[in-house]
Amino acid sequence: MWRWLHPYAKPETVYHLLGRWLPWVTAGAVLILGGGLVWGLLFAPADYQQGDSYRIIFIHVPSAMFSMSIYVSLAVAAFIGRVWQLKMADWALAAIAPVGAVFTFIALFTGAVWGKPMWGTWWEWDARLTSQLILLFLYIGVLALYYAFSDNRTGAKAAGILAMVGVINIPIIRYSVEWWNTLHQGATLTVFERPPMANSMLFPLLTCILGFALLAAALIFQRMRTEILRQELRRPWVKNVLQVSPTTGEQR
Amino acid sequence: MAMNPRRKKRLTWTLGLVAGVAVAFSIILYALSQNIDLFYTPSEVVEGKGPDAIKPAVGQRLRIGGMVVEDSVRRNPETLEVEFRVTDTGPEVKILYTGILPDLFREGQGIVAQGVMVEPTVMQATEVLAKHDEEYMPPELAEQMKGIKHVNPNQSGVYDEQGGDQ
Repeated sequence: MWRWLHPYAKPETVYHLLGRWLPWVTAGAVLILGGGLVWGLLFAPADYQQGDSYRIIFIHVPSAMFSMSIYVSLAVAAFIGRVWQLKMADWALAAIAPVGAVFTFIALFTGAVWGKPMWGTWWEWDARLTSQLILLFLYIGVLALYYAFSDNRTGAKAAGILAMVGVINIPIIRYSVEWWNTLHQGATLTVFERPPMANSMLFPLLTCILGFALLAAALIFQRMRTEILRQELRRPWVKNVLQVSPTTGEQR
Repeated sequence: MAMNPRRKKRLTWTLGLVAGVAVAFSIILYALSQNIDLFYTPSEVVEGKGPDAIKPAVGQRLRIGGMVVEDSVRRNPETLEVEFRVTDTGPEVKILYTGILPDLFREGQGIVAQGVMVEPTVMQATEVLAKHDEEYMPPELAEQMKGIKHVNPNQSGVYDEQGGDQ
């Protein structure tokens, strides 16, 4: 397995590999997310209880879901970087964390906008909302530590430790609505049970979820390429790439 | 592939760190579990909460969450005063409130009220929030499945014009 994986530990190879995938992932994200949002916001029926206000679910649920799964990928990258000392796993922290932070912010923001008309408040310090806010601070903390040291490896090490320890917050967010009394309702989408949601709403929601997954992948790929270039700035291959096509960074 | 000793040491150290912090947090959350609950249920107000059955004192500021009891909503037609009872599994607590209720407020709906206990089972609320469940469906389906008629938020609010049951 290690012989097979070995070429992928080379930054140049990964840079070009991600560059080849990027257009496809981006196109998929635009098409599927665009389609899912139009389907959900314009064509899905209104809810019996919440009317049209529930439509914010098509942005809120996917961004909240991926704010958590992106954090898990951040922790996995930090773990690989710590134990196997792969420098590109360290760089992945810088590629992944801002995307997760923005997804977390979108989940909090859309949640507040949804909470005001339905619950009657923008914010309540219940377990779900508070633990999600802590997730945002964790992302910001990881980023701050990553860039806080003049030596990049020290920064990545510190940020990685915070990222790994912070993964404890993920099950807390997930199960907060079951462990404690909260204003936030329970999860609609679970792995093993049929969701209590009509198919005419469920299918556009699942489409949006797939679209957000592709969007996250596209953003992370692009950021990873940028981070590779930043770290390898003095290598000849980067000079070649940048000289050949300074606008796209694509080697022809 | 045999793991080299330095790598193994880092692996042990990392897993140990995460496990240690996880245990620490579990203990903290377990100790705080009753304080993390957003609200008391009406049963907990009436019968007491936790193994020590601690009941809230009159004058204590807290939140109560439960379902609005059918036919318990009384409005004062002259003012914004409203009173209703909430329940979970049996015991009921009366909530007094002056102000505008959220759109989702109706009988049978889950709500969370924040305020001060004025009697052992009566709360003067300063804020009433509506809870909703995780079910989503179009109005026609809700009518078929549950017999719930779609409530237009613009037409709701006319529950009871009797003006209280003094």
